Order: sequence, then C-alpha cells, then structure tokens
Amino acid sequence: MRSEPVVQVQALVKRYGGKTAVDGLDLVARAGVTAVLGPNGAGKTTTVETCEGYREPDSGTVRVLGLDPVRQARELRPRIGVMLQSGGVYSGARADEMLRHMARLHAHPLDVDALIERLGLGSCGRTSYRRLSGGQQQRLALAMAVVGRPELVFLDEPTAGLDPQARRATWDLVRELRADGVSVLLTTHHMDEAEQLADDVAIIDAGRVVAQGSPEELCRGGAENTLRFTGRPGLDVSSLLKALPADSTAAEPAPGVYRVSGRIDPQLLATVTTWCAQHGVMPDGIAVERHTLEDVFLELTGKELRS
Amino acid sequence: MTSTGTYTPRPGAAPLPRMIAAQAALETRMLLRNGEQLLLTVVIPTLLLVLFGTVDIVDTGEDRAVDFLAPGVLALAVMSTAFTGQAIATGFERRYGVLKRLAASPLPRWGLMTAKTISVLVTEILQVVLVTVIAFALGWSPHGNPFAVLLLLVLGTAAFSGLGLLMAGTLKAEATLAAANLVFLLLLVGGGVIVPLDRFPDAAQAVLGLLPISALSEGLRDVLQHGAGVPWVDLGILAVWAVLGLGAAARFFRWE
Repeated sequence: MRSEPVVQVQALVKRYGGKTAVDGLDLVARAGVTAVLGPNGAGKTTTVETCEGYREPDSGTVRVLGLDPVRQARELRPRIGVMLQSGGVYSGARADEMLRHMARLHAHPLDVDALIERLGLGSCGRTSYRRLSGGQQQRLALAMAVVGRPELVFLDEPTAGLDPQARRATWDLVRELRADGVSVLLTTHHMDEAEQLADDVAIIDAGRVVAQGSPEELCRGGAENTLRFTGRPGLDVSSLLKALPADSTAAEPAPGVYRVSGRIDPQLLATVTTWCAQHGVMPDGIAVERHTLEDVFLELTGKELRS
Repeated sequence: MTSTGTYTPRPGAAPLPRMIAAQAALETRMLLRNGEQLLLTVVIPTLLLVLFGTVDIVDTGEDRAVDFLAPGVLALAVMSTAFTGQAIATGFERRYGVLKRLAASPLPRWGLMTAKTISVLVTEILQVVLVTVIAFALGWSPHGNPFAVLLLLVLGTAAFSGLGLLMAGTLKAEATLAAANLVFLLLLVGGGVIVPLDRFPDAAQAVLGLLPISALSEGLRDVLQHGAGVPWVDLGILAVWAVLGLGAAARFFRWE
C-alpha cells in the first residue's frame, strides 16, 4: 500500500509577480493520508493548486497519479476530488442540487442521499448556498470532492472554521476514505489534525518542505523527549546518569524537580524507577513529555504555527 | 485493496452529452430562479411591449406601434439574456469560485461554454415565445422570411455572448454588474429598440447604427415589419461583433 507515489513534486518553484510563493519544494505523497502542515502564507495552497492543475509551475515537475496535472488534465480530473478553501458553488443553488449535479458529471458516483445523510447536510433543505452556515458550506465542499469516487482527494484546510463536533465528523470521513483505499492530501495549520489523521506529514515553511515523515518519526527526530518527576531535593544525579544510556542527560533544574532527557522508552523508565527505589525516593508526578509536532515545527522554523 | 467499501475508488467521467445536458439544465435553473435576472429578461421586455404597444408615447409613424415595437423588444430580449444576464451571472460564478471548481471536474471548459450557450438559447426561446404571444395579442402582423429572423437572432446571440463573457472574464463581479446594467440601459435607449434611430442627429445615427443592438433591432424590423429579404448589412455588423467579442473573450477571459 505504501509503494507508488500518488503525488510527486520535485523542485517546484512558483512566483506571483516578484513574490516567490513556492521555492524549490519537494514532496512525495503515497497512498494513505498526507498532511501538508504550515503557517498561513507558507505556500500550502499554491502547492496543492499546482497539483490540481490550476497553476503551471515556473520550474520543477509535478506528477499526480503519474500524470501531468496541466497537460494531462482531461485524464486526471475524473480521478481526483477537489475541495477548495472556499466557494465553488452557485450562490443560488441548494446543497443537494449542487451535489447531485457534481454526481452527474461522474460515471459511478456515490449515492447522493446517503452522502447527504452521512455529512448531515439534510438539514440544509431548500436553503440556497449563500444562506448556509460556514460549516454547512464546508461540508458541502467536502461532499463534492468525494462524490465522484476519486482515487485521490485534495482537501485545502478542510476543517478551517468548523466547530469541534463538525471537525470530528470531517476527521471520521477522512479515516473512512483512507480505510476504503482513497488517498488524501490535505493542508492544515492544526497540529492535532495532522497528528490525528496523517500517515505522513510534510512541514512547509517559506515555500519549502523543512521536514517530512510520519508524525512519530518527526516527533522522535526533532528534539529528545523528557521525563520529569519530583522527589526530595539534592539527590545524587550523577549516579542516576551512570545508570542511564550514554545519550541521556539528567538534571535537577529546580530543587526537588528532576528531568531526564533522551530516548524515553520503557527500559529507560524502568531504570529510573529502579534507581528511585534504590534511593528510597517516591517519584511523584512522574510524567513523560513527548514532543508534539508543534514543538517540532517551532524548532524547525523558529515560528509559532498559528501566528 | 480488494475490499469494497462505500468510498472505494471507481473514478470516471460521465459521457460528455450527459455532462453538458446536466450543466445546461443547472445553469438554466439558476437563471430562472434569480429575481434580478427575471426582471431583465422577462419583466422589462414585457412591460415595454405592453406599455408602448398600448399607449401612444413613441411616435412610430403611420404604422401600428406593435409592428414597430415587437422586433425591437425581440432584440432587447436577446441582449438581456446573452449579454446582460450572462455577463452578471458568469461574473459572479467567477468571483465565487464556481468556474474554478468546475474546472477541476470532468467537464471540459468547452463543455461548460457549450452548456452556457444552450442555457442562453433555451432562455431566449422562452422569451421569444412570450414576446410573440403578447405581440399577437396586441394585433401584431409580422412579415418576412423566418430563416432571416433566425439568422439574426443567432448572430445577435453570438455577438452579445462574446461581449458579455469578455466583460465577465476580465472585470470584477461588481464592476460587471454595474457596467452590464448601464450598457443595457444605454443600448435600450440608443439602439433602436423603442426609439427609432432616425430620431437622432445624422452624425449620431451613423455611429449608433453600428452597434450590435441597432443592427439586430433594425435588421429584425426590416424583415418583420417591412418584409425585407435577408438584411446582409445588419448580419455583417453582427458577424463582426461576434468575431471580435468571442475572439477577445477567448483571449482575455480569466477563470479566477
């Protein structure tokens, strides 16, 4: 399942006027869910829209399902589903009307009524698009992206502006798509979204990919994780250090607060608790602090993700 | 993947005729549902025909008013749909990303443009039927060659569509809205629709006569009111506008 790339971007450069939006970007997305993570203005949308065939690269190559999105658009379009960041629907159209229309453009569409039910769009009734709530508009755009039973779906910030419940519902759908063999490339500036959904995360900043890998790999590969506990002040940290693997550190940054950094695994945890037992220390509030993608992002770019 | 779930990929475009038919049906429904569009395409032509056909406001010579008015109102109907209506609708579709979203669907661009043209023609047929029925009720007695009338209507549609799409594809939606309405009003007054062109000074007449609305209304009037043969000059003017307008639209239209 993790073999053929569904999206392959090499050395992509895209400029608007004098401004370089994408600056030598390399990205490989394979089957499953790939999240493109980055702050506003990092080049996420430009990258995705180049994959969708909307923009021609100034230089570099883009292949989607092995095809050139601009030159082989006729062949590619029926095989992909697209959710734009906003809009895309006639302002006077009803949700079900627009979805049925998109279904008619495809040879083997999903059951529209079931999809309306699944995404809770039934309550839109006869309301025209311009009077739907932001959440309803988002869900309609999502439905339009999947109704044609595509192999690959592009979702540009699929949960932007959604309430937590609607966000979960969108996540569930992405997981169902993945389980049924649909590949998903989504952009987001939410860390938890990438961590929850993605097999692979590409962190982009200033038009380049600064790191790519599974959420676990990225969190492990970034800074080390830490283990913290409290005990009586002034314990002999050097003896703890001797018991630990070579690449670890141990310190007492504040009286009675102990911090162990390194590759935190069950073995290391056992070593620490054994040492505590030997010294008659009850390690209160022992906690493993894993680095999140948020920390990784901060380290890689020196920027807060949501500025 | 061997299992088949709800979303298991099974991609494919629908057959082209089905896509175009679906798109044309949707575009027509959107147009007929829109109040402002109906005002332009149905209410205004009907009102003008009934008002000026029954009340003797415009001096149309010794002929009955309706024989003068019906061809002009037919020309106005074509302009309202192919130019004003299409420009405004397409301008907002561009603004709201509808054209962009459809560009990523299996429907090719030329398929979308074909569907738009079908939608315009369907609307025009409804308008022609309506105007004809009202005109007959007012005692209209048309003459001439139906083929020449059809040719004028088709070339007029092509000319106005080109200009409407050029506007929609290059200006902002709000600018298109304002400009399309303004042009509609100016051409309504200055294009021989309800005011005969010979009421204008000679110098103005020469220029006004070259407008697509004048060529269409005068051409239709020559045939339907005076029973003339094929009005080649007016057809020629419309053909030039059609080539220029559609050519410029094809060249300058921006999809987003």
